[in-house]
Amino acid sequence: MPAIRIPTPLRAYTGNQAQISVHGATIGDALNDLTTQHPELRPHLFNGAELRSFVNIYIGEEDIRFLNGLETEIEEDDALRIIPSIAGGN
Amino acid sequence: MNVVLDHQLQQRIFAEMVEAYPNEGGGFLLGTLDGDTVSIADVVHISNTFEAEEQYHRYAMTPQDWARLEDEADARGLTLVGYYHSHPNSPAIPSVYDRDHALPNFTYIITSVQNTGQPSPVEMRAWLLRADRSQFDASTLKIT
Repeated sequence: MPAIRIPTPLRAYTGNQAQISVHGATIGDALNDLTTQHPELRPHLFNGAELRSFVNIYIGEEDIRFLNGLETEIEEDDALRIIPSIAGGN
Repeated sequence: MNVVLDHQLQQRIFAEMVEAYPNEGGGFLLGTLDGDTVSIADVVHISNTFEAEEQYHRYAMTPQDWARLEDEADARGLTLVGYYHSHPNSPAIPSVYDRDHALPNFTYIITSVQNTGQPSPVEMRAWLLRADRSQFDASTLKIT
């Protein structure tokens, strides 16, 4: 079963678990399963149906935006990671 | 939320933000969280990766920076508790852009840098995004 690593600030919404096992054949399925298990995560990952611009999903070293986005297929033993891109401005 | 920052670490942030002026600078805050108190143990400067011509009002770091510092914090028995950046020539108050790119449970320290004959840090404030993403609330910043 694929596992997703949760960034530190969002572990407050996963019972402080750093890693969550998920079901799904694609990244989109896996994120839907993750946010079904932990609904409070969803508004911080998604804006409507779209991933927030500063939220990046990696499979190993690969950013899914350079693969097939939420349609990217995943394998049972894939290690996924949610990595924010910090940004600020005035 | 209370944020405890050592005077010497504050001076390091000030020096970095003055050096970055008139552009924005920033980095990560590593520390510990105990109840409603965040204690900053270290600050790690990260180069601004935004397009050069936009750096006067924008700051960004890469996902690789986040991953590296999150792993480093774990290895050091610390937590990635927040990040700091500067607002050149504007107040130490989060912008709409800050809010749109923010996470809750993460301390945002903003330093206002103004040119008062020479670039100077004039204000430092700490902020926390509400869980409903509606706005930031000011944290109490204690310099020790």
